[in-house]
Parts: sequence; C-alpha cells; structure tokens
Amino acid sequence: MGPAGEPVEAVFREEYGRLLALLAARFGDLDLAEEVAAQALLAAVETWPRSGVPREPLAWLATTARRKALDRIRRDATLATKLATLHADADPARRSEPVAEHEHIPDDRLQLMFACCHPALDLETQTGLTLRYIAGLSTAEIAQAFLVPPATMAQRLTRGKRKIQQSRIPFRVPGPAELESRLSLVLHVVYLIFTEGYAATGHQDLVRCDLVDEAIRLARILHRLMPGEPRVTGLLALMLLTDARRPARVDDHGIAVSLEDQDRGRWDSSMIDEGARLTTQALRHHPPNSWSVQAAIAALHDEAPSAQETDWRQVRMLYDELFALTPTPVVALNRAIAISWHEGPQAGLDHLEALASEPGLTRQHHWHAARGHAFARLGRHAAAAAAYRRASELAQTPAEIGYLSARAEKYATPG
Amino acid sequence: MKYMLLIMGFREGEGMPPPPSSGAPSAEEFMHYQQELGQAGVLVDSGLLQSFEDATQVQVNDAGERLVTNGPFAESREYLGGYQIIDVPDLDAALDWAARCPGAKYGRVEVRPLVEF
Repeated sequence: MGPAGEPVEAVFREEYGRLLALLAARFGDLDLAEEVAAQALLAAVETWPRSGVPREPLAWLATTARRKALDRIRRDATLATKLATLHADADPARRSEPVAEHEHIPDDRLQLMFACCHPALDLETQTGLTLRYIAGLSTAEIAQAFLVPPATMAQRLTRGKRKIQQSRIPFRVPGPAELESRLSLVLHVVYLIFTEGYAATGHQDLVRCDLVDEAIRLARILHRLMPGEPRVTGLLALMLLTDARRPARVDDHGIAVSLEDQDRGRWDSSMIDEGARLTTQALRHHPPNSWSVQAAIAALHDEAPSAQETDWRQVRMLYDELFALTPTPVVALNRAIAISWHEGPQAGLDHLEALASEPGLTRQHHWHAARGHAFARLGRHAAAAAAYRRASELAQTPAEIGYLSARAEKYATPG
Repeated sequence: MKYMLLIMGFREGEGMPPPPSSGAPSAEEFMHYQQELGQAGVLVDSGLLQSFEDATQVQVNDAGERLVTNGPFAESREYLGGYQIIDVPDLDAALDWAARCPGAKYGRVEVRPLVEF
C-alpha cells in the first residue's frame, strides 16, 4: 500500500458512521464512542501508511476503539459505574474478546439514526446530529453547509448529544406502534438535508451541493438497512430523479433554467434509470405513500422527451393523489401548475388565483412565477411581466433572481 | 433510570391554548393509571396536588427574613397538578407511560430525567 492520506481519508469517511454507531450501541455512551473512535482513527493514521490499509478496515478500527474504551473504563471508576447502571458492555468477560478479521460486524447505524432524529430533539439538532454522526461530516463542515458560525453549530451538537445522554434516548429502532411516526421524522431530516443542498445548487458556493450527495448517501444507507420499506425506497427514488437534472438546472452564466427549457440530454440517465426502478418497486406497496407518489411524478418528468410531451394527465392525477395524502399549499400549487399544462393556462390560472389567500405561498416566488407563466401563455404580457417582477423580488438565489428578472424584462418589452 | 412525569394543567382564560380534551381527568382515571404503574413495577412515588389556588409562596431574603405570599406565582399560565416518579430503562419507555397518563389528555405531561448521584 502506497503512502496513505487520501485512501485513509476515504476509508474514514465511509466507516466513521458505522464505527460510531457500533460503539454507541455497545457502550450506550456517545461521548465515549466519539472519543475512542477519534483515537482509533488517529492510530490508523499513524499505522496504516506503514503497514497498509487492513483488509477489513472497520474491524481493525472497531477492535482498536474497543480496546481504547476498555482502557478508559478501567482507568475511570466513575465511568465504569455509569456504564454498569446503563447495563452496557463493561462486562470483563467480554473485554478481552478480540474481533476476528472476518467477524460479521453489525451495522448499527439505523439505531443511531433513530436516536439522532428523536422527537425529543428539535429539527435543527436532529439534522446536525445526523450529518455529524451518520454522515461523518465535521462540525465545521456542517456549520458551513447551513451557513451558521461553527461555534453555534458546535453548541447545538453538544446540547443535542447531552440531551441524548442525560434523558437516555435509546439507540434502538422503535417498536411497531411508534415506527410509522418515528420513521417519518428520519425521512424528513434526510429530505431537509437534500432540499437545503438542492436549493443552493445555483449558488457559486459549491460546498452546499455536498448536502445533496450526503442526503442521497443517507437514503442509500436507510434503503440498505430497510430494503422492504416503501417510504424509504420512494424517498431515495425521488432524490435520485430530482438530482439527475442537476447538470441542466443552471446555465453557463449561473442563471437557473426552468424544467421546460432544460437540455434534457444533459440529465443523468443512469440516475434516472435507478430512480425509475426504485419508484416501480415502491409503488408496488398499497396504499401508496407521499414519497413514492412524488417519485412517480419526478419519473414522468424525467422520462419525457420534452415538457410538451410529458404525460400531464398522469402527472395531474398523481398530484390529486398527493394532495389527498398531504393537503399542503405547496402541493396545491404544483397541482395547479400541472392543471395549466393538462387543461390549459386559463384553468391553471383559476386554480392559482384560488390560492391567493395562502400567505405561505404568496410570500415565496414560486406562486408568482407560476402566475407569470400562465399569463404569458395567455398572451397577457403586462400581467406576466408584473408577476415575474414580483417573483424576482422574492427569490433568494442569484440563479433564480437572474432567471425571473430576465422573464420580467422579456414580457415588459412591447412586441 | 428515574423520570418524573409532571402533570401540568392550564389556567383557564387569558388566551390559553385549549387542552387536547376539555374537562378534567376523573379520579377513577388516575386511580386506574396508578394501578397500572404499580402492576408494571415501575412506580417509585406519586402525588396529586390540591388546587393551585391553595398555594403559598415562600422566599427568604439576604437578611434571612421570610416573605410569605398567598396563591400561585402570578405570571405562571400553567400549574403543576401532580407527579409520578417512574423507574424505566430509557426515555422511550418513559414517554410511553407519559402518553398513557390521564393528564396528557387534558393538559400536558412534562417528562424530566432525575439527576443520578
């Protein structure tokens, strides 16, 4: 094995979540798990460049970390007592037991994920802890991704970890009675990470794009651990089908390109194939869940050769179904847009105007942009220009502001 | 691990958010809950409090003088109606018990881990 550095880094990134989950489940103590995981990684940095990366890096790291933990417990009587009351693995009989090279190493990340996304923690903390402990991002990276000062993020993570410890949030997959609602929280956190990154893909700030990859990686982990769970399958499919359009979303000048005008040849066909396959798999379960329905809508867009040739009738039906499952203003907005394509711009506009009393919609650019689009198709250029102008004032990213301003200009010019 | 379940009631009026169910839990409901906790072997201690209107406040200043005032703390919108201390393995188990407490239907139940010495 050549000089380490990058290969070692790559192994760490891949194995950190599993290592930490393993140690947390074993010792029931996140602080201890974090401490000895760091020590094991340090030992690897010192050893691997000389001896080469071991064939089973995780087994090596787990054995090393466990030894460090047991040393620590021996030295620290208070910790030993604490772990004993936790009924954790402070049992001397198991202490010296080595991890064989090919021992099956359990994947405890699901348990850790349910702990990180526990409803006793607030959403921001859930998101931070998941990125820190499951995805293995550093505190500084997470802070940068969410545009908060590192000290703020560090404090948030420390408080969250403290609450897990002090109130003893279990590292366990919830029982059947709670699984439904608890899994929803986990999926919500993963999707929030995705949308946070996706909304920012117009930024020059490429770091935030990593959040999209992290969210997909988290969903892949969940899918591997819960292969038969249609909501997980649906979420992974939805994210793949959405992210497949990334190469065409922004033009060379950093201006957003609408779905209608995107160069579909630049979409990632292997992601679309995988997403479509997963969507089919997720939709086999009845009744359908909102993730699978959203994935099905995304698949119809991705598989259509152009906006005009999209199966809008089917898209509209799926939005009806989605609205029945989650009757939110945003779903109603998307449904209205589908109607404008299916039945025509006037029908779409009628549905859009019916949503004018939703402050959550009128304060964001999407609703105004959708009205602008419908007006433009009806030939009402002055109204289109005004709606696009309003949308550009409300948009957040330079890419969207650029796109919406250009539209407003276009329809404001007579002729 | 010991947790205290604090059974919180809302003071009526003053633009308070309505509790999940109107009315108040009956003594029978609490008796039944108490029995369940006992049978499960998790109950450490419990108590129901008289009305907050019967509360008396005591403070002692630097000079060691007592200040005794009538009634609950004026600004509090919620009052403690009673408590249970339970001994269960983790927070999820404590939350399960809290969800079954009659107080959760009519007000809310705050779950607080006890400091372990």
